[in-house]
Amino acid sequence: MSPIISVSNLTKSYASGFTALKGIDLDINRGEIFALLGPNGAGKTTMISIICGIANATSGKVMVDGHDIARDYRAARSLIGLVPQELHTDAFESVWATVSFSRGLFGKPKNPALIEKILKDLSLWDKKDNKIMTLSGGMKRRVMIAKALSHEPQILFLDEPTAGVDVELRKGMWEVVRTLRAAGVTVILTTHYIEEAEEMADRIGVINKGEIILIEEKTKLMEQLGKKQLKLHLQTKVTEIPASLAPYKLELAADGNQLIYSYDTKSERTGITSLLGDLRESGIRFSDLDTTQSSLEDIFVSLVRK
Amino acid sequence: MNFRAVRAIYLFEMARTWRTVLQSIVSPVISTSLYFVVFGAAIGSRITSIEGVSYGTFIVPGLVMLSVLTQSISNASFGIYFPKFTGTIYELLSAPVSYVEVVLGYVGAAATKSILLGLIILATAGLFVPLHILHPWWMLTFLVLTAVTFSLFGFIIGIWADGFEKLQAIPLLVVTPLTFLGGSFYSVSMLPSGWRTVTLLNPVVYLISGFRWSFYEISDVSVVWSLAVTFMFLVLCMFAVWWIFKTGYKLKN
Repeated sequence: MSPIISVSNLTKSYASGFTALKGIDLDINRGEIFALLGPNGAGKTTMISIICGIANATSGKVMVDGHDIARDYRAARSLIGLVPQELHTDAFESVWATVSFSRGLFGKPKNPALIEKILKDLSLWDKKDNKIMTLSGGMKRRVMIAKALSHEPQILFLDEPTAGVDVELRKGMWEVVRTLRAAGVTVILTTHYIEEAEEMADRIGVINKGEIILIEEKTKLMEQLGKKQLKLHLQTKVTEIPASLAPYKLELAADGNQLIYSYDTKSERTGITSLLGDLRESGIRFSDLDTTQSSLEDIFVSLVRK
Repeated sequence: MNFRAVRAIYLFEMARTWRTVLQSIVSPVISTSLYFVVFGAAIGSRITSIEGVSYGTFIVPGLVMLSVLTQSISNASFGIYFPKFTGTIYELLSAPVSYVEVVLGYVGAAATKSILLGLIILATAGLFVPLHILHPWWMLTFLVLTAVTFSLFGFIIGIWADGFEKLQAIPLLVVTPLTFLGGSFYSVSMLPSGWRTVTLLNPVVYLISGFRWSFYEISDVSVVWSLAVTFMFLVLCMFAVWWIFKTGYKLKN
């Protein structure tokens, strides 16, 4: 299937000489949730702004469902809903008016039933007549999501959707995103919260200093780079690892109170059973054990530091 | 053509007018009434008639123009500046709308407001002085043309301005003096001959002169010139708006 968004060799330079994007190539698949990770200033928002029509590209090409964003901007933009990072709202408008306005702006006929449903799904229905300025930050964020959804987009951009949003609301938003994907909407989200990408995304792209440094299926990424660690909490401290345990390449941690064994979950034998047997033979006793899988965060940090 | 978008923007802007009705409509009406009391009744009673028209009646077209000009600029400039200031412009830029539609929505609403305002002021004036309009259709033509042209001009200022100070600078430092010196309160023929020539460089003279002609058939310059100058300014503003959207000036960079 052809990608729903195809970005090729996209660059953006500012008059100051700063280059925000250095030749980005990126394809977004139809119906997926794509998470774009990257540190502050990596170019995430710049790229989204160009795709959505808010900023002009310096060079390169973006196709949205086969429509060139510059030449055929009407067709391209009418497919896209955008929730920007900053809370930009009309303070004096009511929730209902601002969401209805968005639908009109995108050229769609009035549909009060749909707007009612969107507001209810986002728990904004009882606030529909309130002025936006009276709402809390989390509610304003949801108003912006409602505005973006009001014109039934095929593609939804969420730029840092859960920045400054409490845990409960964040979970609620994830739920909304999942429902959208179930309805066939392609979702592109940028985030600082690796947890969010890990939780939501089908594929992950990492952008740093204006360049895409990695694009991978989330599960593959976790498999490829993810290793597991077995942590043994010892009953008594050891100062050095017995020679008989050398093949396991153990690490001593926590002042000799812990032994750490790294293994690959995909390999046929993890070596755990024999390790435990050998430990017993060498007289090392442990009080507890736990295993941890390296998170996307570890992967991300190691990539960006390179 | 995305007519729904034009309608949405237009209604959004008009809603803003009704919300700020005191500032948008009532305050210009009050200040115009004050002009009548001061210039029309108090000072005007000591001034002999100008070209057969009493002074109070003479200043009516100028006063209407004064308000239409300043309000067109301030409505339109604020209308587009405010979304830039609050950041809500992101939605306009990411929407499937052409610049023609954006301009129709914003400028249309701003011009509607100032036309309404002009008519309200005219009605208010009718309470103070006897009014007679010899060419009502020409009067409306000049009113609409001026409202549209200066709303466009205001729109340009709103895009150019990157602070509230700049937003106010052009209206206060350029437009208000030009309007006061544009023959709102006097006939150009009352000026010494040197100043008469200088005054003809002021575009507002042509607007007010043409507008006044539609009331009383008295004018400082010929009506054809008035129309021509107004159209020239309109075309100039249209060109500027076209350029702004073509290059993304102050909007997309």
